[in-house]
Amino acid sequence: MNNPTVKVIEDYCKGCSICVEFCPTEVFDMVGFVAQVVRPEACTRCMLCELRCPDFAVRVY
Amino acid sequence: MAFDYEQYLRPGKLPHIWCPGCGHGIVMKGLLRAIDRCGLQKNNTAIVSGTGCASRLPGYVDFNTLHTAHGRAVAFATGIKMARPEMDVLVVGGDGDGIAIGGNHFIHACRRNIDMTYVLMNNYIYGMTGGQFSPCTPTGDRTSTTPYGNPDPIFDVAKLAIGAGATFVARTTAFHATQIDKLITAGLRHKGMAVIEVLDDCPTTFGRRNKFRSVVEMMKRLKDIAVPVQTAGQMSPEQLQGKILTGILHQEHKPEYCDQYQQVIARAQTAAKS
Ligand SMILES: Cc1ncc(C[n+]2csc(CCOP(=O)(O)OP(=O)(O)O)c2C)c(N)n1
Ligand code: SF4
Ligand code: SF4
Ligand code: SF4
Ligand SMILES: [Mg+2]
Repeated sequence: MNNPTVKVIEDYCKGCSICVEFCPTEVFDMVGFVAQVVRPEACTRCMLCELRCPDFAVRVY
Repeated sequence: MAFDYEQYLRPGKLPHIWCPGCGHGIVMKGLLRAIDRCGLQKNNTAIVSGTGCASRLPGYVDFNTLHTAHGRAVAFATGIKMARPEMDVLVVGGDGDGIAIGGNHFIHACRRNIDMTYVLMNNYIYGMTGGQFSPCTPTGDRTSTTPYGNPDPIFDVAKLAIGAGATFVARTTAFHATQIDKLITAGLRHKGMAVIEVLDDCPTTFGRRNKFRSVVEMMKRLKDIAVPVQTAGQMSPEQLQGKILTGILHQEHKPEYCDQYQQVIARAQTAAKS
């Protein structure tokens, strides 16, 4: 399988920090009021961020 | 792989109106995954709500949807199910909608064991109208109408549903995202009244009055209080203090209301012919 790709749709993100806090490998950080993917190589494709984002703003491929 | 939510959403509706970190969005996604897993057809599915933030859900999803009067979702859903028993009928809404103003409809739908799936988003408060207390607000907690602490005991929604006769009752939280779709899937596959209570968070009107500094703190609390019903048996009453049981809490098989009603129709037709 190819390496995971994690995307934040900035227009949908409301900055709740759920993905930042609960990603087991700390892939995200808050940059201003929006989550950003800062350590994409650490992603294990566990899908928790996509499942828990209340705003349909995270996609993991 | 990313789940394709768009296939079930009305185009152009995102971002939704819910506040940052509001759990209703997490529940909506779980609901869509469950619908997908069960293979429900858009034209054969009705999703009905009353009024409240939670009740805004049907506006986003591309099925037959009704957004009705506060507390009256079950009445409309019952009408749909009686007229079109072949349809998959879901009710979605909040604790205020379902257990306060709509409490009477709720218990009687449970008693009738009508075949519908009720997803109740319990954030312990009337979120939409500014954070008044609901029958699910924990004793002692602060709301806009109980600024010195709520004196009332709560309704335990799951126990209420079981006591009233619902034949499938389950509970999870907005933190436990995969369990949301698993339990809704099981509820959809169950014939009879299925109630899935999702303990939810309202950071805007509940969290800020009750010393939760962030959405993340509210999520951590949901994580901490949940105990799977399978493991609760090995815990002492002290260990279970302040916890809530999650998973399928009750399932039994009893005659379903639409089936019973078909028999009434058949008897009436026979009587009319003789
Ligand atoms: C007959 C009637 N009474 C009161 C209201 C005002 N009202 C709108 S939503 C709501 C409470 C909603 O609470 P809940 O169902 O818990 O949803 P939440 O906003 O918390 O998701 C109330 C009291 C109304 N719309 N109609
Ligand atoms: S969980 Fe979603 S809305 Fe919240 S910060 Fe992350 S991407 Fe943004
Ligand atoms: S899929 Fe898992 S590991 Fe990858 S970013 Fe999301 S939460 Fe982190
Ligand atoms: S007021 Fe509360 S329930 Fe309503 S959208 Fe905001 S966080 Fe959600
Ligand atoms: Mg509520």
